[in-house]
Amino acid sequence: MKLWDIFRRHSKSGQDIAAQRLRLVLTHDRANISPGMLEMLKDEIISVISRHLEIDAEKVQVNFTEDHRETRLVADIPPANTAQTTSPRVMNDA
Amino acid sequence: MAGKIITISSGKGGVGKTTATANLGLGLAMLGERVVCIDADIGLRNLDVMLGLENRIVYDIVNYIEGRCRFRQALVRDKHFPELFLLPAAQTRDKNAITIDDMSRVAHEAAEIADYVIIDSPAGIEHGFRFAAKPADLVLIVTNPEVAAVRDADRVIGLLEAEGWAPARLIVNRLKPDMVRRNEMLDPDTVVDLLAIDLIGIVPEDAQILAASNRGRPIVLEDRSDAGQAFRDIARRLRGEDIPFAPLKEPTLFQKIYGSHS
Repeated sequence: MKLWDIFRRHSKSGQDIAAQRLRLVLTHDRANISPGMLEMLKDEIISVISRHLEIDAEKVQVNFTEDHRETRLVADIPPANTAQTTSPRVMNDA
Repeated sequence: MAGKIITISSGKGGVGKTTATANLGLGLAMLGERVVCIDADIGLRNLDVMLGLENRIVYDIVNYIEGRCRFRQALVRDKHFPELFLLPAAQTRDKNAITIDDMSRVAHEAAEIADYVIIDSPAGIEHGFRFAAKPADLVLIVTNPEVAAVRDADRVIGLLEAEGWAPARLIVNRLKPDMVRRNEMLDPDTVVDLLAIDLIGIVPEDAQILAASNRGRPIVLEDRSDAGQAFRDIARRLRGEDIPFAPLKEPTLFQKIYGSHS
């Protein structure tokens, strides 16, 4: 999630940490999927796509986006040969 | 006459639901509105002590539902504000003693004789919350600026949306403006942004609220209290008045030591 990048640059205040943790729990609560389940989902997506297409598994991002209480699951899956130019740097916090 | 039914809810316990119910009920009565406050927290009755009416209770909501008294007999009238009534919760029963239909019938009956019916919902998101929230025309969600309380508020908002029940508005309670300034506490803008519902009031932390509950005299009666002012503002907003949000005042050192009323 890009928010993590933004917060990482600052030394975190209690307020920032609370907001960031809250954002994450609300996303998972609203979608009714735990962070661990999301990780499993990501692995399964990678294995399914890989059967048909060569992808850069390291750079796959599967995350939720939120817009006014509407949740969307967004998968960013760079094919292997174009991976360097299309995908932002991936964080692996999980 | 059919008054407006407002349910005060939160998900999480201990965030100030009953305090908000008492203060908004009394705040509206102070403006000349006729108000019935319903304590829907069956088995954990507390609105009576917040309003200082605990010694005047004869019947309760379950007695009325079971046909042991008439509706007006179950109401306790405030001595100082004759427009304010309390329908007490039963203390000896549990919340399963009431069905959703029972509560809707009682709330609408109260709305027949009042301008506003304010229902104090039990904590949680199960039966008690549901019967308190179902009849509402408006649900006020009380939260505190901390992760667990906001998370639970979000669950309540999600349930209301899923059921297609009343619209919700937010009260951020127990805010400490000096902590927000030092970036140590979630600020109300962030909370509103995350929950994506409209704000109806911000109530600052105030040591006088404990003193007020000790005496059964809600803080809304204290002219000089910032928390009291916040509740008076919310009461006016509930009537549709356009009351601007006052900038958050930080307590002075003197107030921090001696309390805001000193």
